Amino acid sequence: MYSDKVMDHFANPRNVGVLPDADGVGQVGNPVCGDMMTFYIKVKDDRLADVKFQTFGCGAAIAVSSMVSEMAKGKTLGEAMAITNDLVAEELGGLPKNKMHCSNLGADALHEAIKNFHDKKAGRVPDAGGPADLHEHEGCACPYCDSSLEAEDKTFCRACLIEFEECPSCGGITKKGDAACLHCGKPLGGKD
Amino acid sequence: MKRVYLDHIAATPLHPEVLEAMRLCLADVTGNPQSLHAEGRRALDAVEAAREEVAGLVGAQSSEIYFVSSGTEANNFAVKGLALGQQARGRHVVVSAVEHSSVLNSVKALERQGFLATLVPVDRFGRVDPADVEKALTKETVLVSVMTANSEVGTVQPVAEVSAICRRRGVLVHTDAVAAAGSIPLDVKALGVDALSLAGDQFYGPKGSAALFVRKGVRILPLIDGGIQEGGRRGGTENVAGIVGLGRAARLARQEMEARTAALVTLRDRLLEELPGRVGHVVVTGSRTERLPYHASFCIEFVEGEAMLLSLDMKGVAVSSGSACTSKALKVSHVLLAMGLDHATAQGSLVFSLIDGTSAEDVDYLLDVFPPAIERLRGMSPLYTQYLKERGS
Repeated sequence: MYSDKVMDHFANPRNVGVLPDADGVGQVGNPVCGDMMTFYIKVKDDRLADVKFQTFGCGAAIAVSSMVSEMAKGKTLGEAMAITNDLVAEELGGLPKNKMHCSNLGADALHEAIKNFHDKKAGRVPDAGGPADLHEHEGCACPYCDSSLEAEDKTFCRACLIEFEECPSCGGITKKGDAACLHCGKPLGGKD
Repeated sequence: MKRVYLDHIAATPLHPEVLEAMRLCLADVTGNPQSLHAEGRRALDAVEAAREEVAGLVGAQSSEIYFVSSGTEANNFAVKGLALGQQARGRHVVVSAVEHSSVLNSVKALERQGFLATLVPVDRFGRVDPADVEKALTKETVLVSVMTANSEVGTVQPVAEVSAICRRRGVLVHTDAVAAAGSIPLDVKALGVDALSLAGDQFYGPKGSAALFVRKGVRILPLIDGGIQEGGRRGGTENVAGIVGLGRAARLARQEMEARTAALVTLRDRLLEELPGRVGHVVVTGSRTERLPYHASFCIEFVEGEAMLLSLDMKGVAVSSGSACTSKALKVSHVLLAMGLDHATAQGSLVFSLIDGTSAEDVDYLLDVFPPAIERLRGMSPLYTQYLKERGS
Protein backbone atom coordinates (compact mmCIF):
# COMPACT_ATOMS: atom_id res chain seq x y z
CA MET A 1 0.00 0.00 0.00
CA TYR A 2 2.83 2.43 0.84
CA SER A 3 5.95 2.91 -1.30
CA ASP A 4 9.37 1.96 0.10
CA LYS A 5 10.18 5.64 0.36
CA VAL A 6 7.08 6.33 2.47
CA MET A 7 7.95 3.41 4.75
CA ASP A 8 11.55 4.64 5.04
CA HIS A 9 10.43 8.11 6.09
CA PHE A 10 7.89 6.59 8.48
CA ALA A 11 10.47 4.27 10.07
CA ASN A 12 13.26 6.87 10.11
CA PRO A 13 11.64 10.27 10.03
CA ARG A 14 14.05 13.16 9.50
CA ASN A 15 13.96 16.34 11.58
CA VAL A 16 11.52 15.23 14.26
CA GLY A 17 11.37 17.56 17.22
CA VAL A 18 10.61 20.97 18.63
CA LEU A 19 12.59 24.20 18.20
CA PRO A 20 12.02 26.08 21.46
CA ASP A 21 13.37 29.32 19.94
CA ALA A 22 11.65 28.91 16.57
CA ASP A 23 11.23 31.96 14.35
CA GLY A 24 7.96 30.58 13.05
CA VAL A 25 5.48 27.87 14.08
CA GLY A 26 2.71 26.41 11.96
CA GLN A 27 0.10 23.95 13.07
CA VAL A 28 -2.62 22.34 10.98
CA GLY A 29 -5.25 19.68 11.47
CA ASN A 30 -6.55 18.30 14.71
CA PRO A 31 -6.97 14.82 16.11
CA VAL A 32 -10.65 14.78 15.16
CA CYS A 33 -9.69 14.92 11.50
CA GLY A 34 -7.14 12.20 12.04
CA ASP A 35 -3.90 14.10 11.61
CA MET A 36 -2.21 17.02 13.29
CA MET A 37 1.14 18.52 12.33
CA THR A 38 3.30 21.22 13.88
CA PHE A 39 6.24 22.70 12.00
CA TYR A 40 8.99 24.81 13.58
CA ILE A 41 11.41 26.90 11.50
CA LYS A 42 14.61 28.84 12.12
CA VAL A 43 15.27 31.50 9.50
CA LYS A 44 18.69 32.94 8.65
CA ASP A 45 19.31 35.32 5.73
CA ASP A 46 15.93 34.49 4.21
CA ARG A 47 16.77 30.77 4.29
CA LEU A 48 15.35 27.93 6.37
CA ALA A 49 18.37 27.25 8.57
CA ASP A 50 16.49 24.58 10.50
CA VAL A 51 13.13 22.81 10.22
CA LYS A 52 11.61 20.49 12.80
CA PHE A 53 8.21 18.90 13.05
CA GLN A 54 5.89 16.88 15.24
CA THR A 55 3.04 14.83 13.85
CA PHE A 56 0.09 12.93 15.27
CA GLY A 57 -1.19 10.77 12.48
CA CYS A 58 -0.91 7.78 10.26
CA GLY A 59 2.12 6.44 8.43
CA ALA A 60 1.53 8.71 5.45
CA ALA A 61 1.18 11.80 7.65
CA ILE A 62 4.49 11.09 9.38
CA ALA A 63 6.29 10.33 6.11
CA VAL A 64 4.88 13.47 4.49
CA SER A 65 6.03 15.66 7.39
CA SER A 66 9.48 14.14 7.24
CA MET A 67 9.72 14.64 3.48
CA VAL A 68 8.48 18.23 3.67
CA SER A 69 11.06 19.03 6.33
CA GLU A 70 13.81 17.53 4.21
CA MET A 71 12.69 19.34 1.08
CA ALA A 72 12.41 22.65 2.90
CA LYS A 73 15.66 22.69 4.84
CA GLY A 74 18.20 25.10 3.31
CA LYS A 75 15.71 26.57 0.86
CA THR A 76 14.87 30.27 0.67
CA LEU A 77 11.47 31.19 2.08
CA GLY A 78 10.20 31.80 -1.45
CA GLU A 79 11.38 28.41 -2.61
CA ALA A 80 9.84 26.74 0.43
CA MET A 81 6.50 28.41 -0.24
CA ALA A 82 6.63 26.86 -3.71
CA ILE A 83 6.69 23.32 -2.28
CA THR A 84 3.36 21.90 -3.31
CA ASN A 85 1.38 18.92 -2.17
CA ASP A 86 1.89 17.22 -5.50
CA LEU A 87 5.66 17.65 -5.27
CA VAL A 88 5.73 16.08 -1.81
CA ALA A 89 3.67 13.11 -2.93
CA GLU A 90 5.85 12.72 -6.00
CA GLU A 91 9.06 12.77 -3.93
CA LEU A 92 7.59 10.02 -1.77
CA GLY A 93 7.05 7.82 -4.79
CA GLY A 94 3.30 8.42 -4.69
CA LEU A 95 0.67 8.06 -1.97
CA PRO A 96 -2.50 5.97 -1.91
CA LYS A 97 -5.42 8.01 -3.22
CA ASN A 98 -7.19 8.20 0.12
CA LYS A 99 -4.00 9.49 1.78
CA MET A 100 -3.42 12.42 -0.56
CA HIS A 101 -4.91 14.81 1.98
CA CYS A 102 -1.95 14.04 4.26
CA SER A 103 0.40 15.60 1.73
CA ASN A 104 -1.77 18.73 1.78
CA LEU A 105 -1.37 18.99 5.52
CA GLY A 106 2.42 18.74 5.34
CA ALA A 107 2.95 21.57 2.91
CA ASP A 108 0.23 23.60 4.63
CA ALA A 109 1.93 23.29 8.02
CA LEU A 110 5.25 24.44 6.58
CA HIS A 111 3.59 27.38 4.81
CA GLU A 112 1.80 28.30 8.02
CA ALA A 113 5.13 28.39 9.85
CA ILE A 114 6.59 30.70 7.19
CA LYS A 115 3.51 32.94 7.38
CA ASN A 116 3.86 32.98 11.14
CA PHE A 117 7.49 34.09 10.71
CA HIS A 118 6.46 36.95 8.38
CA ASP A 119 3.63 37.96 10.70
CA LYS A 120 5.91 38.05 13.70
CA LYS A 121 8.49 40.09 11.83
CA ALA A 122 5.81 42.57 10.80
CA GLY A 123 4.59 42.67 14.40
CA ARG A 124 1.19 41.28 13.45
CA VAL A 125 1.08 38.58 16.10
CA PRO A 126 2.47 38.49 19.60
CA ASP A 127 5.61 36.42 19.92
CA ALA A 128 3.93 33.55 21.68
CA GLY A 129 6.71 31.16 20.79
CA GLY A 130 4.48 28.14 20.56
CA PRO A 131 1.57 26.61 18.78
CA ALA A 132 -0.88 28.49 20.96
CA ASP A 133 -3.51 29.50 18.46
CA LEU A 134 -4.36 26.59 16.27
CA HIS A 135 -5.04 27.05 12.66
CA GLU A 136 -8.17 25.11 11.84
CA HIS A 137 -7.45 23.09 8.77
CA GLU A 138 -10.22 22.90 6.24
CA GLY A 139 -10.33 19.13 6.74
CA CYS A 140 -12.79 19.78 9.51
CA ALA A 141 -13.90 23.31 8.70
CA CYS A 142 -15.98 24.63 5.86
CA PRO A 143 -13.61 26.03 3.21
CA TYR A 144 -16.07 28.89 2.55
CA CYS A 145 -17.14 30.15 5.97
CA ASP A 146 -14.54 28.41 8.15
CA SER A 147 -17.12 27.19 10.65
CA SER A 148 -16.24 23.78 11.93
CA LEU A 149 -18.04 20.81 10.45
CA GLU A 150 -19.62 17.91 12.24
CA ALA A 151 -16.80 15.44 12.67
CA GLU A 152 -18.76 12.63 11.12
CA ASP A 153 -20.26 14.73 8.37
CA LYS A 154 -17.83 16.40 6.06
CA THR A 155 -20.43 16.48 3.31
CA PHE A 156 -22.50 19.45 4.44
CA CYS A 157 -21.98 22.89 6.01
CA ARG A 158 -24.83 23.84 8.29
CA ALA A 159 -23.82 27.51 8.26
CA CYS A 160 -23.69 27.96 4.47
CA LEU A 161 -26.25 25.22 3.77
CA ILE A 162 -24.10 23.81 0.99
CA GLU A 163 -23.18 20.29 0.16
CA PHE A 164 -19.59 19.31 -0.49
CA GLU A 165 -17.89 16.98 -2.83
CA GLU A 166 -14.55 15.37 -2.05
CA CYS A 167 -11.80 15.85 -4.60
CA PRO A 168 -10.57 12.46 -5.81
CA SER A 169 -7.07 13.89 -6.37
CA CYS A 170 -6.32 15.78 -3.17
CA GLY A 171 -9.17 14.82 -0.83
CA GLY A 172 -10.12 18.45 -0.19
CA ILE A 173 -13.76 19.49 -0.15
CA THR A 174 -15.42 21.82 -2.63
CA LYS A 175 -19.02 22.92 -3.13
CA LYS A 176 -20.92 20.18 -4.91
CA GLY A 177 -21.44 20.93 -8.58
CA ASP A 178 -18.37 23.17 -8.96
CA ALA A 179 -16.26 22.41 -11.99
CA ALA A 180 -12.84 22.43 -10.32
CA CYS A 181 -11.40 21.57 -6.91
CA LEU A 182 -11.00 24.61 -4.70
CA HIS A 183 -7.67 23.31 -3.44
CA CYS A 184 -5.78 21.62 -6.24
CA GLY A 185 -7.70 22.95 -9.25
CA LYS A 186 -8.27 19.54 -10.77
CA PRO A 187 -11.61 19.10 -12.54
CA LEU A 188 -14.49 17.74 -10.45
CA GLY A 189 -17.86 16.26 -11.22
CA GLY A 190 -16.42 13.37 -13.18
CA LYS A 191 -18.43 10.23 -13.56
CA ASP A 192 -16.14 8.45 -11.07
CA MET B 1 12.10 -12.24 11.55
CA LYS B 2 9.78 -13.58 14.22
CA ARG B 3 6.13 -13.05 13.30
CA VAL B 4 3.41 -12.90 15.91
CA TYR B 5 -0.01 -12.92 14.29
CA LEU B 6 -2.63 -11.32 16.54
CA ASP B 7 -5.31 -10.49 13.98
CA HIS B 8 -7.90 -13.20 14.53
CA ILE B 9 -10.67 -10.70 13.77
CA ALA B 10 -9.31 -10.22 10.24
CA ALA B 11 -8.78 -13.93 9.55
CA THR B 12 -7.57 -17.01 11.37
CA PRO B 13 -4.97 -19.38 9.90
CA LEU B 14 -6.22 -22.60 8.36
CA HIS B 15 -6.21 -25.61 10.70
CA PRO B 16 -3.93 -28.28 9.17
CA GLU B 17 -6.80 -30.80 9.24
CA VAL B 18 -9.00 -28.34 7.37
CA LEU B 19 -6.32 -27.87 4.76
CA GLU B 20 -5.98 -31.62 4.35
CA ALA B 21 -9.74 -32.13 4.01
CA MET B 22 -9.92 -29.37 1.41
CA ARG B 23 -6.89 -30.67 -0.48
CA LEU B 24 -8.43 -34.13 -0.74
CA CYS B 25 -11.73 -32.62 -1.85
CA LEU B 26 -10.14 -30.44 -4.51
CA ALA B 27 -8.15 -33.38 -5.81
CA ASP B 28 -10.86 -36.03 -5.73
CA VAL B 29 -14.29 -34.46 -5.99
CA THR B 30 -15.04 -33.78 -9.63
CA GLY B 31 -18.79 -33.60 -9.80
CA ASN B 32 -21.34 -30.84 -9.32
CA PRO B 33 -23.48 -31.57 -6.25
CA GLN B 34 -26.61 -31.07 -8.36
CA SER B 35 -25.68 -33.78 -10.86
CA LEU B 36 -27.38 -37.13 -10.58
CA HIS B 37 -24.42 -39.32 -11.51
CA ALA B 38 -21.95 -40.91 -9.11
CA GLU B 39 -19.51 -37.97 -9.31
CA GLY B 40 -22.31 -35.56 -8.52
CA ARG B 41 -23.60 -37.68 -5.66
CA ARG B 42 -20.12 -37.79 -4.21
CA ALA B 43 -19.93 -33.99 -4.22
CA LEU B 44 -23.38 -33.74 -2.70
CA ASP B 45 -22.41 -36.17 0.06
CA ALA B 46 -19.40 -33.99 0.89
CA VAL B 47 -21.58 -30.86 1.05
CA GLU B 48 -24.27 -32.52 3.16
CA ALA B 49 -21.75 -33.98 5.59
CA ALA B 50 -20.35 -30.48 6.07
CA ARG B 51 -23.86 -29.12 6.59
CA GLU B 52 -24.32 -31.57 9.46
CA GLU B 53 -21.10 -30.37 11.07
CA VAL B 54 -21.98 -26.68 10.78
CA ALA B 55 -25.48 -27.34 12.13
CA GLY B 56 -23.91 -29.19 15.04
CA LEU B 57 -21.72 -26.23 15.92
CA VAL B 58 -24.76 -24.03 16.63
CA GLY B 59 -27.35 -26.63 17.66
CA ALA B 60 -29.36 -26.35 14.45
CA GLN B 61 -30.80 -28.93 12.09
CA SER B 62 -28.78 -29.39 8.93
CA SER B 63 -31.76 -28.33 6.79
CA GLU B 64 -31.59 -24.92 8.51
CA ILE B 65 -28.03 -24.19 7.29
CA TYR B 66 -27.43 -22.26 4.05
CA PHE B 67 -23.92 -22.01 2.65
CA VAL B 68 -22.81 -18.59 1.41
CA SER B 69 -19.57 -16.89 0.38
CA SER B 70 -18.78 -14.71 3.39
CA GLY B 71 -20.01 -13.31 6.66
CA THR B 72 -20.96 -10.20 4.73
CA GLU B 73 -23.15 -12.21 2.38
CA ALA B 74 -24.73 -14.03 5.31
CA ASN B 75 -25.59 -10.69 6.94
CA ASN B 76 -26.93 -9.21 3.71
CA PHE B 77 -28.97 -12.35 3.11
CA ALA B 78 -30.40 -12.29 6.63
CA VAL B 79 -31.20 -8.60 6.96
CA LYS B 80 -32.53 -8.02 3.46
CA GLY B 81 -34.01 -11.47 2.94
CA LEU B 82 -35.88 -11.57 6.26
CA ALA B 83 -37.09 -7.94 6.15
CA LEU B 84 -38.29 -8.19 2.56
CA GLY B 85 -39.84 -11.56 3.33
CA GLN B 86 -41.99 -10.03 6.07
CA GLN B 87 -42.70 -6.65 4.56
CA ALA B 88 -46.38 -7.36 4.16
CA ARG B 89 -46.52 -7.23 7.98
CA GLY B 90 -44.47 -4.07 8.40
CA ARG B 91 -41.45 -2.15 7.20
CA HIS B 92 -39.43 -1.30 10.28
CA VAL B 93 -36.13 -2.87 11.41
CA VAL B 94 -34.13 -2.40 14.61
CA VAL B 95 -30.36 -2.91 14.81
CA SER B 96 -27.67 -2.00 17.30
CA ALA B 97 -25.38 0.96 16.63
CA VAL B 98 -22.29 -1.27 16.74
CA GLU B 99 -23.23 -3.77 14.04
CA HIS B 100 -20.80 -4.69 11.29
CA SER B 101 -20.98 -2.52 8.17
CA SER B 102 -22.54 -5.43 6.26
CA VAL B 103 -25.57 -5.19 8.59
CA LEU B 104 -25.65 -1.39 8.77
CA ASN B 105 -25.34 -0.97 5.02
CA SER B 106 -27.95 -3.64 4.37
CA VAL B 107 -30.25 -1.59 6.59
CA LYS B 108 -29.41 1.50 4.55
CA ALA B 109 -30.33 -0.42 1.40
CA LEU B 110 -33.68 -1.30 3.00
CA GLU B 111 -34.21 2.36 3.90
CA ARG B 112 -33.76 3.26 0.25
CA GLN B 113 -36.61 0.87 -0.45
CA GLY B 114 -38.89 2.63 2.00
CA PHE B 115 -38.14 0.79 5.23
CA LEU B 116 -37.66 2.66 8.48
CA ALA B 117 -34.79 1.75 10.76
CA THR B 118 -33.93 2.40 14.40
CA LEU B 119 -30.40 2.20 15.75
CA VAL B 120 -30.23 1.06 19.36
CA PRO B 121 -27.42 2.69 21.38
CA VAL B 122 -24.83 0.87 23.50
CA ASP B 123 -23.29 1.65 26.88
CA ARG B 124 -19.64 2.58 27.33
CA PHE B 125 -18.68 -1.09 27.26
CA GLY B 126 -20.37 -1.52 23.91
CA ARG B 127 -23.32 -3.47 25.28
CA VAL B 128 -26.90 -3.19 24.13
CA ASP B 129 -29.58 -2.89 26.82
CA PRO B 130 -32.44 -5.26 25.86
CA ALA B 131 -34.87 -2.71 27.32
CA ASP B 132 -33.71 -0.24 24.66
CA VAL B 133 -34.50 -2.81 21.98
CA GLU B 134 -37.97 -3.24 23.45
CA LYS B 135 -38.51 0.54 23.42
CA ALA B 136 -37.51 0.67 19.76
CA LEU B 137 -40.11 -1.91 18.68
CA THR B 138 -43.22 -0.64 16.93
CA LYS B 139 -46.23 -2.35 15.40
CA GLU B 140 -44.37 -2.15 12.10
CA THR B 141 -41.18 -3.86 13.31
CA VAL B 142 -40.45 -7.10 11.50
CA LEU B 143 -36.76 -7.70 12.25
CA VAL B 144 -34.22 -7.05 15.00
CA SER B 145 -30.53 -7.68 14.36
CA VAL B 146 -28.10 -7.63 17.29
CA MET B 147 -24.67 -9.16 16.92
CA THR B 148 -23.49 -11.98 19.15
CA ALA B 149 -20.13 -10.29 19.76
CA ASN B 150 -18.35 -7.27 18.39
CA SER B 151 -15.03 -7.79 16.64
CA GLU B 152 -13.62 -4.34 17.40
CA VAL B 153 -14.12 -4.33 21.17
CA GLY B 154 -14.86 -8.00 21.89
CA THR B 155 -18.09 -7.31 23.75
CA VAL B 156 -20.61 -10.17 23.87
CA GLN B 157 -24.22 -9.01 23.58
CA PRO B 158 -27.25 -10.23 25.57
CA VAL B 159 -28.78 -11.86 22.50
CA ALA B 160 -30.97 -14.35 24.39
CA GLU B 161 -32.63 -11.52 26.34
CA VAL B 162 -33.20 -9.56 23.15
CA SER B 163 -34.73 -12.63 21.50
CA ALA B 164 -37.05 -13.29 24.42
CA ILE B 165 -38.47 -9.77 24.10
CA CYS B 166 -38.83 -10.03 20.34
CA ARG B 167 -40.48 -13.45 20.47
CA ARG B 168 -43.21 -12.07 22.73
CA ARG B 169 -43.80 -9.36 20.14
CA GLY B 170 -43.67 -11.68 17.14
CA VAL B 171 -40.56 -10.01 15.72
CA LEU B 172 -37.81 -12.02 13.99
CA VAL B 173 -34.27 -11.86 15.39
CA HIS B 174 -31.03 -12.20 13.46
CA THR B 175 -27.63 -12.29 15.12
CA ASP B 176 -24.33 -11.73 13.39
CA ALA B 177 -22.21 -14.36 15.11
CA VAL B 178 -19.24 -14.07 12.78
CA ALA B 179 -16.84 -12.94 15.52
CA ALA B 180 -18.26 -15.40 18.05
CA ALA B 181 -19.08 -18.66 16.27
CA GLY B 182 -16.42 -21.28 16.82
CA SER B 183 -14.99 -19.32 19.76
CA ILE B 184 -17.81 -19.41 22.30
CA PRO B 185 -20.55 -22.06 22.69
CA LEU B 186 -23.63 -21.09 20.70
CA ASP B 187 -27.00 -22.77 20.52
CA VAL B 188 -29.67 -21.28 18.31
CA LYS B 189 -32.43 -22.66 20.55
CA ALA B 190 -30.92 -21.22 23.73
CA LEU B 191 -30.29 -17.92 21.94
CA GLY B 192 -33.82 -18.01 20.57
CA VAL B 193 -32.78 -16.47 17.27
CA ASP B 194 -34.38 -16.97 13.88
CA ALA B 195 -31.20 -16.43 11.91
CA LEU B 196 -27.48 -16.52 12.69
CA SER B 197 -24.45 -15.68 10.51
CA LEU B 198 -21.08 -17.40 10.84
CA ALA B 199 -17.89 -17.46 8.77
CA GLY B 200 -15.18 -20.10 8.43
CA ASP B 201 -12.25 -17.70 8.44
CA GLN B 202 -13.04 -16.81 12.05
CA PHE B 203 -12.47 -20.35 13.34
CA TYR B 204 -9.57 -21.79 11.36
CA GLY B 205 -11.60 -22.59 8.25
CA PRO B 206 -11.13 -21.15 4.77
CA LYS B 207 -11.91 -17.62 3.58
CA GLY B 208 -14.84 -17.44 1.17
CA SER B 209 -16.89 -19.99 3.06
CA ALA B 210 -19.65 -19.00 5.48
CA ALA B 211 -23.16 -19.97 6.46
CA LEU B 212 -26.49 -18.57 7.53
CA PHE B 213 -28.77 -20.46 9.89
CA VAL B 214 -32.44 -19.76 9.22
CA ARG B 215 -34.98 -21.35 11.54
CA LYS B 216 -37.25 -23.83 9.81
CA GLY B 217 -40.49 -22.23 8.68
CA VAL B 218 -39.13 -18.65 8.59
CA ARG B 219 -39.69 -16.91 5.29
CA ILE B 220 -36.54 -15.46 3.72
CA LEU B 221 -36.13 -14.11 0.20
CA PRO B 222 -33.02 -15.11 -1.74
CA LEU B 223 -30.25 -12.60 -2.31
CA ILE B 224 -28.87 -14.56 -5.26
CA ASP B 225 -31.45 -15.90 -7.66
CA GLY B 226 -30.50 -18.94 -9.62
CA GLY B 227 -30.98 -22.65 -9.50
CA ILE B 228 -32.20 -25.02 -6.87
CA GLN B 229 -29.03 -25.00 -4.78
CA GLU B 230 -29.51 -24.47 -1.05
CA GLY B 231 -33.21 -25.20 -1.34
CA GLY B 232 -33.65 -22.46 -3.91
CA ARG B 233 -32.62 -19.84 -1.39
CA ARG B 234 -29.09 -19.29 -2.62
CA GLY B 235 -28.30 -19.97 -6.27
CA GLY B 236 -24.87 -20.81 -7.65
CA THR B 237 -22.76 -23.94 -7.86
CA GLU B 238 -21.56 -24.81 -4.39
CA ASN B 239 -18.00 -23.97 -3.31
CA VAL B 240 -17.55 -27.63 -2.46
CA ALA B 241 -13.99 -27.54 -1.12
CA GLY B 242 -14.74 -24.35 0.85
CA ILE B 243 -17.84 -25.96 2.33
CA VAL B 244 -15.89 -29.09 3.21
CA GLY B 245 -13.30 -26.89 4.91
CA LEU B 246 -16.00 -25.01 6.81
CA GLY B 247 -17.54 -28.30 7.92
CA ARG B 248 -14.23 -29.64 9.17
CA ALA B 249 -13.48 -26.37 10.95
CA ALA B 250 -16.88 -26.54 12.65
CA ARG B 251 -16.23 -30.06 13.86
CA LEU B 252 -12.78 -29.11 15.18
CA ALA B 253 -14.20 -26.02 16.89
CA ARG B 254 -16.72 -28.18 18.73
CA GLN B 255 -14.06 -30.67 19.80
CA GLU B 256 -11.35 -28.18 20.72
CA MET B 257 -13.28 -25.12 21.91
CA GLU B 258 -12.82 -25.74 25.61
CA ALA B 259 -9.09 -26.29 25.36
CA ARG B 260 -8.58 -23.36 23.00
CA THR B 261 -10.60 -21.04 25.23
CA ALA B 262 -8.73 -22.00 28.40
CA ALA B 263 -5.39 -21.19 26.79
CA LEU B 264 -6.56 -17.96 25.16
CA VAL B 265 -8.34 -16.49 28.18
CA THR B 266 -5.16 -16.66 30.28
CA LEU B 267 -3.17 -14.79 27.65
CA ARG B 268 -5.98 -12.33 26.95
CA ASP B 269 -6.30 -11.42 30.61
CA ARG B 270 -2.56 -10.95 30.86
CA LEU B 271 -2.65 -8.52 27.95
CA LEU B 272 -5.62 -6.64 29.39
CA GLU B 273 -3.86 -6.33 32.74
CA GLU B 274 -0.26 -5.74 31.73
CA LEU B 275 -0.30 -3.79 28.51
CA PRO B 276 -1.81 -0.54 29.88
CA GLY B 277 0.87 -0.32 32.58
CA ARG B 278 3.67 -0.73 30.07
CA VAL B 279 3.07 2.60 28.35
CA GLY B 280 0.48 4.49 30.44
CA HIS B 281 -2.45 6.51 29.14
CA VAL B 282 -4.23 3.44 27.81
CA VAL B 283 -7.98 2.84 27.84
CA VAL B 284 -9.27 -0.73 27.69
CA THR B 285 -12.17 -0.80 25.23
CA GLY B 286 -15.12 -3.13 25.61
CA SER B 287 -16.38 -5.18 28.53
CA ARG B 288 -14.07 -6.90 31.00
CA THR B 289 -16.54 -9.66 31.81
CA GLU B 290 -18.69 -10.10 28.69
CA ARG B 291 -15.77 -10.55 26.35
CA LEU B 292 -14.63 -12.86 23.56
CA PRO B 293 -11.92 -15.22 24.86
CA TYR B 294 -9.37 -14.22 22.22
CA HIS B 295 -9.91 -10.47 22.31
CA ALA B 296 -7.96 -7.63 23.94
CA SER B 297 -8.56 -4.10 22.68
CA PHE B 298 -7.34 -0.68 23.73
CA CYS B 299 -7.10 2.96 22.84
CA ILE B 300 -3.58 4.30 23.24
CA GLU B 301 -3.63 8.03 23.90
CA PHE B 302 -1.60 10.61 21.92
CA VAL B 303 -0.85 8.25 19.03
CA GLU B 304 -2.75 7.19 15.95
CA GLY B 305 -3.74 3.58 15.23
CA GLU B 306 -2.34 3.10 11.76
CA ALA B 307 1.07 4.42 12.79
CA MET B 308 1.06 1.91 15.68
CA LEU B 309 -0.08 -0.90 13.38
CA LEU B 310 2.76 -0.19 10.95
CA SER B 311 5.30 0.14 13.77
CA LEU B 312 4.28 -3.19 15.27
CA ASP B 313 4.29 -4.80 11.84
CA MET B 314 7.91 -3.71 11.44
CA LYS B 315 8.61 -5.57 14.68
CA GLY B 316 6.83 -8.68 13.40
CA VAL B 317 3.48 -8.24 15.17
CA ALA B 318 0.24 -8.17 13.14
CA VAL B 319 -2.74 -6.33 14.70
CA SER B 320 -5.82 -4.29 13.70
CA SER B 321 -6.98 -0.76 14.42
CA GLY B 322 -10.27 1.10 14.15
CA SER B 323 -8.64 4.49 13.55
CA ALA B 324 -9.86 6.69 10.72
CA CYS B 325 -6.55 6.49 8.91
CA THR B 326 -6.60 2.69 8.97
CA SER B 327 -9.98 2.53 7.25
CA LYS B 328 -10.07 3.13 3.53
CA ALA B 329 -13.00 5.48 4.07
CA LEU B 330 -10.98 7.51 6.62
CA LYS B 331 -13.74 7.26 9.18
CA VAL B 332 -13.01 6.51 12.77
CA SER B 333 -14.71 3.38 14.11
CA HIS B 334 -18.45 3.87 14.54
CA VAL B 335 -18.27 1.30 17.34
CA LEU B 336 -15.89 3.37 19.48
CA LEU B 337 -17.90 6.55 18.86
CA ALA B 338 -21.14 4.75 19.77
CA MET B 339 -19.49 3.77 23.07
CA GLY B 340 -18.95 7.45 23.78
CA LEU B 341 -15.23 7.67 23.14
CA ASP B 342 -14.06 11.00 21.74
CA HIS B 343 -12.45 11.15 18.31
CA ALA B 344 -8.91 11.77 19.53
CA THR B 345 -8.97 8.73 21.82
CA ALA B 346 -10.67 6.54 19.21
CA GLN B 347 -7.86 7.39 16.77
CA GLY B 348 -5.56 5.42 19.07
CA SER B 349 -7.55 2.19 18.66
CA LEU B 350 -5.61 -1.07 18.67
CA VAL B 351 -7.04 -4.60 18.63
CA PHE B 352 -5.01 -7.64 19.64
CA SER B 353 -6.94 -10.77 18.75
CA LEU B 354 -5.22 -14.01 19.68
CA ILE B 355 -5.30 -17.24 17.72
CA ASP B 356 -5.10 -20.87 18.72
CA GLY B 357 -1.37 -21.41 19.18
CA THR B 358 -0.56 -17.91 20.45
CA SER B 359 2.00 -18.62 23.17
CA ALA B 360 3.05 -16.95 26.40
CA GLU B 361 6.32 -16.18 24.60
CA ASP B 362 4.38 -14.37 21.88
CA VAL B 363 2.70 -12.19 24.49
CA ASP B 364 6.09 -11.58 26.19
CA TYR B 365 7.51 -10.53 22.83
CA LEU B 366 4.62 -8.16 22.19
CA LEU B 367 4.91 -6.63 25.64
CA ASP B 368 8.65 -6.11 24.96
CA VAL B 369 8.38 -4.46 21.55
CA PHE B 370 5.24 -2.46 22.33
CA PRO B 371 6.62 0.21 24.71
CA PRO B 372 9.50 1.39 22.47
CA ALA B 373 7.17 1.55 19.47
CA ILE B 374 4.71 3.71 21.39
CA GLU B 375 7.45 5.87 22.93
CA ARG B 376 8.86 6.56 19.46
CA LEU B 377 5.47 7.69 18.14
CA ARG B 378 4.65 9.69 21.26
CA GLY B 379 8.05 11.32 20.91
CA MET B 380 6.92 12.82 17.64
CA SER B 381 3.33 13.53 18.69
CA PRO B 382 2.46 17.20 19.21
CA LEU B 383 -0.45 16.05 21.39
CA TYR B 384 1.93 14.33 23.78
CA THR B 385 4.29 17.31 23.86
CA GLN B 386 1.31 19.52 24.61
CA TYR B 387 0.17 17.16 27.36
CA LEU B 388 3.63 17.06 28.98
CA LYS B 389 3.82 20.84 28.82
CA GLU B 390 0.42 21.28 30.44
CA ARG B 391 1.22 18.72 33.10
CA GLY B 392 4.56 20.39 33.79
CA SER B 393 3.15 23.88 34.14
